[in-house]
Amino acid sequence: MDQPLRIVIAKPGLDGHDRGAKVVARALRDAGHEVIYTGLRRTPEQIIETVRDEDAILLGLSSLSGAHGHLFPRICETLREHNMGDVIVFGGGIIPEDDRSPLFEAGVRAIFGPGTTSEEMVEFIATAVQRDDAGVGHGAGWYWNPSA
Amino acid sequence: MMLALVMAQDGTGIHPHEGETLDDRINAAKVGDRRALARLLSSIENGELRFSDSLNESSDWSILALTGPPGVGKSCLLDRLLHEWVDNGLRIAVLAVDPSSPRSGGALLGDRVRMSVVDNEAKKNSVYVRSVATRKTSGSVPLVVRDMACCLLEVGWDKVVIETVGAGQSEVRCAAVADRIVLVEGPARGDGVQAEKAGLLELADAVIVNKSDLDGAQRHANELRESLHLGSDEAPEVLLVSALHGTGVAEASSMLLSLKQSVRAGRARWRERLLSHHERLLLEHPEFDSILSKIEEGLMSFEDAYNQLRNQNE
Repeated sequence: MDQPLRIVIAKPGLDGHDRGAKVVARALRDAGHEVIYTGLRRTPEQIIETVRDEDAILLGLSSLSGAHGHLFPRICETLREHNMGDVIVFGGGIIPEDDRSPLFEAGVRAIFGPGTTSEEMVEFIATAVQRDDAGVGHGAGWYWNPSA
Repeated sequence: MMLALVMAQDGTGIHPHEGETLDDRINAAKVGDRRALARLLSSIENGELRFSDSLNESSDWSILALTGPPGVGKSCLLDRLLHEWVDNGLRIAVLAVDPSSPRSGGALLGDRVRMSVVDNEAKKNSVYVRSVATRKTSGSVPLVVRDMACCLLEVGWDKVVIETVGAGQSEVRCAAVADRIVLVEGPARGDGVQAEKAGLLELADAVIVNKSDLDGAQRHANELRESLHLGSDEAPEVLLVSALHGTGVAEASSMLLSLKQSVRAGRARWRERLLSHHERLLLEHPEFDSILSKIEEGLMSFEDAYNQLRNQNE
């Protein structure tokens, strides 16, 4: 039988709003996954240590502070440096359209904005774990085309 | 402690990285590779690998269970204790158990949020925290956690603390996985009659009443002491602490380190281990889910289903 996927949902940087992250965590729980929530204001290093110690295969980053352009690529890079290139990174929050392609370039596989359904996120996860090029180690490449 | 590695009976095996053997992974975990360790634990959790151990005969404990009702502050208290124990030079691993949803099978694992010690640059290398979901098992802690704890000890961690799911009065399953049981209580948890009731309290090797800064904590501690002293056996210690303010934590941490096993719990421990092994056997039956569906759909009688599950060779 299939084992549940282990997913870390993280709040990087100085951003105190985690309602969205908690909603996502809850939706993924209800889809049968094991979700580890980091709590607020984590540094990239703390997030990566959590992914490593918890043996998570997916990492969801939530940012509403505007610092995604700095934090998300930094986290992707640090994952690669730590030989964790098989981890699949996705993001969400308030990420303007123009900011998205640099994040995809950095290895983020999906960006979910307000209005995204939980079904879509679950579908992304099911698709991503089936692919052999979704890990952050593969750098720029395939990414999910969101509907919202 | 003597340990042996046993591959799962169905031969599913583990899936190491290219060219990586199980020994490589264990050796990597021994020299501090956290990723190798985390993966080793996942293999155990997923039933691909089994760690069997012999009894811990020494008088010091290796595996301690911290249990108690939801919201009494088990995670916060554990964080405080970890700070103290690491200061004493110990390397401690934590297996923090949270419940899986009986409907979706998913889980929200949130104990880690309370663990400030993993963010402490000076201490984080001496602490490993792993969140564990109960998955299909019943009770406050799955038996597989014992295998995970033995694995952690094998690769060099000094002690393992298991934080159970928030546990009710009769949830004594943690006796199956730990050498010592510490019950965490909070203030104002009912009157003296609650403290007289049978169950978890009878198996505790020590009781800690947390939130001593709140009204009712002292009274609850007194009631617990009174109740425990009514028995003919030696009563476990009851300590008052405030994990929030740190009051009493230093005393609790040194008391717990030298905690002796209470003689009262010996038989109950074996009973719980037998019961959880039986449950694990049923759950590991390859047809478990399909048999469950057959009962649900009325295609199989309950009795036939149970008999088939009991027979592992079918």
